[in-house]
Amino acid sequence: MRPSRLTAITATAAVAALTALTGCTEKSSGGSGDRVIDVTATDSKCEVSKKEFPAGHVELAIENKGSKVTEVYILFPDDRIVTERENIGPGTKQKVTAEVKAGDYTIACKPGMKGDGIRQAVKATGGGTVAKRDPRLDAAVAAYRKYAQQQADETLPKTQVFADAVKDGDIEAAKKAYAPSRIGWERTEPVAESFGDIDPKVDVRADGLEAGQKWTGWHRLEKSLWQDKKITAEDKTLADQLITDLKDWQKRVGKAEITPTSMANGAKELLDEVATGKVTGEEERYSHTDLVDFKANVEGAEESYELLKPVAKENDPALVAELDKQFAALNALLDKYRADKTSYDFTSYDKVGDAERKELSDGVNALAEPLSKLAAAVATKSS
Amino acid sequence: MTESQSESPSEPESTPSRRALIGWGGAGLALGAAAAGGAVAMTRTGDDIAPTAAEAGAAVDFHGAHQAGIATPVQDRLHFAAFDVTTDDRAAFVRMLKDWTLAARRMTAGAAVGEGAYGGLAEAPPDDTGEALGLKPSRLTLTIGFGPSLFEKFDLADRRPEALVDLPQFAGDNLDRNRSGGDLCVQACADDPQVAVHAIRNLARIGFGKVVIKWSQLGFGKTSSTTPDAQTPRNLMGFKDGTRNIAGTETGRLKKFVWVDEKDGPGWMTGGSYLVARRIRMHIETWDRTSLQEQEDIFGRDKGEGAPVGKAKERDEPFLKAMLPDAHVRLAHPESNHGATILRRGYSFTDGTDGLGRLDAGLFFLAYQRDVREGFIRIQRNLALDSLNEYIQHVGSAVFAVPPGVRDQDDWWGSTLFSGEA
Repeated sequence: MRPSRLTAITATAAVAALTALTGCTEKSSGGSGDRVIDVTATDSKCEVSKKEFPAGHVELAIENKGSKVTEVYILFPDDRIVTERENIGPGTKQKVTAEVKAGDYTIACKPGMKGDGIRQAVKATGGGTVAKRDPRLDAAVAAYRKYAQQQADETLPKTQVFADAVKDGDIEAAKKAYAPSRIGWERTEPVAESFGDIDPKVDVRADGLEAGQKWTGWHRLEKSLWQDKKITAEDKTLADQLITDLKDWQKRVGKAEITPTSMANGAKELLDEVATGKVTGEEERYSHTDLVDFKANVEGAEESYELLKPVAKENDPALVAELDKQFAALNALLDKYRADKTSYDFTSYDKVGDAERKELSDGVNALAEPLSKLAAAVATKSS
Repeated sequence: MTESQSESPSEPESTPSRRALIGWGGAGLALGAAAAGGAVAMTRTGDDIAPTAAEAGAAVDFHGAHQAGIATPVQDRLHFAAFDVTTDDRAAFVRMLKDWTLAARRMTAGAAVGEGAYGGLAEAPPDDTGEALGLKPSRLTLTIGFGPSLFEKFDLADRRPEALVDLPQFAGDNLDRNRSGGDLCVQACADDPQVAVHAIRNLARIGFGKVVIKWSQLGFGKTSSTTPDAQTPRNLMGFKDGTRNIAGTETGRLKKFVWVDEKDGPGWMTGGSYLVARRIRMHIETWDRTSLQEQEDIFGRDKGEGAPVGKAKERDEPFLKAMLPDAHVRLAHPESNHGATILRRGYSFTDGTDGLGRLDAGLFFLAYQRDVREGFIRIQRNLALDSLNEYIQHVGSAVFAVPPGVRDQDDWWGSTLFSGEA
């Protein structure tokens, strides 16, 4: 909202506007007070109202009383970021929430938004898991973790078929095995990407390479098969490397940090992947198997959504109704591009015209917009 | 507030606070739509109010008998968007119109959409996109219109106004389907382009799943004013445009030529209007190589002062017979069109280049009228012989029924169409 423009607002709107302003700091009522930590940041201090709090949902009510713009972080002992809020201007209040397990953490304020910041050691007490969360959400996270693991487990043998074909120098067999080998990865991409080092090795495109980075992974082989139309000795090495990197992913996927809100936003991220990569045909620019990835992304998003649905439905039934409708609509649209609903044999994307691409893009937007509201419908209420 | 009546109002020498810029040329139309029937009371009260309001970044009231953004003093910038409906759920579409109304009511007052752009739940995207934070209302107006194709949906066929005709093919049309038509439109006008773009962007976001943007157009430098300013704006051809346009204060002419009357029907359109939007590409490179004499002959006005042929001052009454038979002003003038008069509200555009080293520039022509058949169609048919046609081409086209204004806090865009009796 625009405080400087309040004068022009009608009385009703002004009330709403003021509510929105004061809404930045939630009232610590009804037993949630022990979950709210007041953080007072100045140019030289970072004061916290409590150094111990119960594990689970925690909220920082931040006030910047200094003269510099500041940032506030909650950090794991190894400085991995639990959550952060940047750009907190002088004289403003912000709130940031997080789910934390029992253990030691650091709250850091960074006046001027640089350096290691002014630090306070804090402790989340209680059981080893997130406390007081709706058990249905715990079950949803557990089920999703299992799903992510299963996708990784199933990807390995399928990719082995692909890698073996490459190593045999069999272009046709390799082409056939390429898209199916990617489905499990595409379904759980946000989890896979949370390990920052794996994605650049297995799923990077030519335009995503950093200076000096060697191009490895699926898309490098895609180019050899479809564009160069030959398999080199180097490609055979890359095929083995792909298997090695995917085994690393398979091993680590169970350790991924997953929360109900990260599941919800992960679903939205899968649609973002579709919107920016698949709809445009950039992802599979040589093989044109974009619709296979597209379908897998939507399936992964739907899995997250279905697991969160029971809770979301209680908090926001209208949102759930809209999401059901838009998932169904997008799936129906995708089905137009395959003859057999049980196969992943989709129309080659270079055969999909501009008008159809716009229709797909519109379908993605229609689903992704309400999907971006799913996290709010499953976020643990702190009041 | 006094009304000075005169046939050729004297021009105040003050307030050049408004950029007299490139406006849209009535490229299709009508520089000098003089008052039909001669003498008209020109109310001058609006003259210096507009710049002051603009400087103050004031808010324009969203509510009223007519939608704001038609007779409202023309703002400097435009973002126009045409949408197609993607849902067949009438209730969902009506709900969206109500959500749009709430958002429009807030944005035109200078407030953010919904719960604002920050301070909400960290894990969820903010309601408002945020780029208008701290900006003034900037006289933002949002005006909605319903295209002919909307009436093929939601069982609305019997509510389509007779006056909302499909535009015929006009001589020289070269229309791009991707820049034409639309089930509905929103015209956002503001003095700050960021405020106008923010408004369309946030409405589009609220619309996902119900409507999608079909095409949109940014515009700058109003070409026709509805305030008889000291400075008449110029179009990209360098000519003053809209000298005798209908002013926002000319209640009589507005009633006669712009607002749909109760007896016109259908009832749900009373107080509304009809909008024709045309994207008119100007071949400015060839125009700029044209001799001054030819340029002035084509328009029928001189380039410096804007005076009609044979006259000394811009606001002198045009003497049509002094102009060449194919001069633009002569052919567009009400006297040549059975009195047809429209309210022009166009903007200039420059959308990069066309790949052939030429600017993709021209006039985004917007005209409001009481009946499209008696207004735009009549005039545009007469312009088939316009010598200006060598330098312009109509490349986009749309027509919309613009419903009456949102009456109060409980009313919403399109309420008369979707809930009233026929």
